[in-house]
Amino acid sequence: MSNKKNVMVFIESRAGKIAEVSLELLGAARDLAGKLGVQVEAVAIGHDLKNELTVLGHYGCQRVYYINDERLAFFSSVPYAKTVVNTIKAHNPGIVLFGATTMGRDVAPRVASALKCGLTADCTDLKIGEHQIKDKTYKNTLLQIRPAFGGNIIATIVSPESVPSMATVREGVMKMITPNPDAAVEIINEACTIADNDFLTEVLEVINEEKAVNLKAAQIIVSAGMGASDPEAIELARTLAAALCGELGCSRPVVDSGILDKDHQVGQTGITVRPNLYIACGISGQIQHRAGMSEAKRIIAINKDPNAPIFAIAHYGIVGDVKDVLTKMINAYKKA
Amino acid sequence: MGLRMIVTVKQVPDTHNVTGEAMKEDGTVNRAALPTIFNPEDLNALEEALKIKERTGGHVTCISMGPPNAVEVLKECLYRGADDAVLISDRRFAGADTLATSYALKCAIEQAGEYDLILCGRQAIDGDTAQVGPQIAEKLDINQLTCISAVTEIDEESITAKRSVEDGYEIVKSGFPVLLTVTASANEPRSANAKKVMTYKNIGKEICNSSYDESYMAAETCAVISHVKEWNVEAISADPVQCGLSGSPTKVKKIQSVVLTGCESRQIANSETEITNLMNELVSENIIG
Ligand SMILES: Cc1cc2nc3c(=O)[nH]c(=O)nc-3n(C[C@H](O)[C@H](O)[C@H](O)COP(=O)(O)OP(=O)(O)OC[C@H]3O[C@@H](n4cnc5c(N)ncnc54)[C@H](O)[C@@H]3O)c2cc1C
Ligand SMILES: Nc1ncnc2c1ncn2[C@@H]1O[C@H](COP(=O)(O)O)[C@@H](O)[C@H]1O
Repeated sequence: MSNKKNVMVFIESRAGKIAEVSLELLGAARDLAGKLGVQVEAVAIGHDLKNELTVLGHYGCQRVYYINDERLAFFSSVPYAKTVVNTIKAHNPGIVLFGATTMGRDVAPRVASALKCGLTADCTDLKIGEHQIKDKTYKNTLLQIRPAFGGNIIATIVSPESVPSMATVREGVMKMITPNPDAAVEIINEACTIADNDFLTEVLEVINEEKAVNLKAAQIIVSAGMGASDPEAIELARTLAAALCGELGCSRPVVDSGILDKDHQVGQTGITVRPNLYIACGISGQIQHRAGMSEAKRIIAINKDPNAPIFAIAHYGIVGDVKDVLTKMINAYKKA
Repeated sequence: MGLRMIVTVKQVPDTHNVTGEAMKEDGTVNRAALPTIFNPEDLNALEEALKIKERTGGHVTCISMGPPNAVEVLKECLYRGADDAVLISDRRFAGADTLATSYALKCAIEQAGEYDLILCGRQAIDGDTAQVGPQIAEKLDINQLTCISAVTEIDEESITAKRSVEDGYEIVKSGFPVLLTVTASANEPRSANAKKVMTYKNIGKEICNSSYDESYMAAETCAVISHVKEWNVEAISADPVQCGLSGSPTKVKKIQSVVLTGCESRQIANSETEITNLMNELVSENIIG
């Protein structure tokens, strides 16, 4: 085993299934580890996950520390955090990454607090660079990049004086690598040393609710902003989305005013999407919205204001009234 | 007897009105330049505590760490029915990241006495980090239930709550002491009670360490009743090295205002022909089927 400070990913699983965000993070970890000349490791906590873990190898993980215990089948803050702390202490990674999910955001701060190390939430980019404090230069430091202040600024955060550097990253932000079915992961079983009286949360029920829309998986999204929020415009956006086999998205004020459900919201506090085509209808294009969709392969913006910021990131800009333009698009597609 | 509850509340800049100038050269926030509000989800945490108090009886103490004028959010707590309010304020707390913040709040909570239930907002809108709650719980070595969207049952022994997760929700139960982080969907915060506003409007602060220079808040201290306690580093027996900038492992390396990165953009006229051409083009490129 190498004594270098590796990059470690917290593997999240729910009902025995590995979360997509964990696989995405393995891709990010692989890039960071490549720059540092170290390996990608993971810590997986749960019960009966062994068969699931082979997939980690396909996504770039070289070694996984697996803590298997019946008591860990359901998420519980104290035992999970303590187990991660123990794993970090035993294997000394230089960087630890968590998904910015309800589980990651629950565990990571406890771990950082216990280890007295830095933790940056909701990173949108991770890089390796150097940082100077007084006359000391820290090389190979994790640069944690995230929007701050409601997305009005982009901050680069570092924590070079404490080890490891820890960050959470939201689902959909990092790209998953193309899986290599031949790449194997070394599974190292570790005992769970958590005492019974640390299991302080009783999970009485787990209820799955089907989402009305699945924006994350959609290849085409037609998204309605405040400029397309009257019933007629929403209906046209919905019709176009249906015709293109896509989903209906929207901006936050459309959710705030109760027109569409939160599951439709794209953006910094909504869902991060990366579709083939994003059609922004009557959306001004504020940074918080763009944070969730600027990675779309093609963007069509429809807005009556030629100076709307959305046009700066759109591949195709159409200045005009949404209803008028949407009607033309629907008709054109029917003919096409 | 009822439950002894602590609610942590934060005064935050209204992030709807932020510009690049809101940051200082050293990368910290220029709070003076921004309008401030009561962190929205902290209002939900307070509301939940007040509802529990109405149900089971109890005592609600609100704690905030911030500059002297953060007393405003504490007054808001009293207007709504909190029993006590404590402001943790000292120049040595300045520049704290979540680790140093949770350390100071942990010291203050211990100073405040025995507790059963600590309620925090899920996250503060200035950083959106959602870290301080769990870090307080870790430092106090107690259990936590995060992302709580409803308290379904509570008595003197235990609490049962609904925890929102990605693909649905969980019903979780814990004994005391426990820390909860509360989301906006938990409740509809009540508004201030007019009678209480009259009572508390002009209150000042009771400062617990006279060695601390308070001259700049003289205007506030012409008090009728002192209901907001103010504590500094010594008053909460905190280690100054673990507070403020020196206790913060994360450093801001760089701040950039957001600039629009332009892409190759094509203007499509709002005409039937051009829109039809665009749609046909997207079909032939297999972008749409
Ligand atoms: C902390 C924080 C987090 C946030 N998170 C998100 C988030 O996740 N997602 C999000 O979307 N927002 C988010 N926001 C809000 C964001 O800042 C913007 O307020 C929001 O994106 C604006 O939505 P909009 O473009 O639909 O509305 P507006 O800004 O009101 O824009 C409407 C647009 O429609 C155009 N228009 C009006 N009528 C017509 C018409 N008939 N035909 C064509 N065009 C028309 C107008 O020219 C205008 O450009 C967040 C804000 C904060 C502070
Ligand atoms: N300075 C502070 N004073 C009081 N409470 C705070 C402070 N900072 C954070 N909190 C609490 O911790 C929660 C999460 O904050 P954050 O980690 O900053 O998103 C907030 O909703 C508050 O309840």
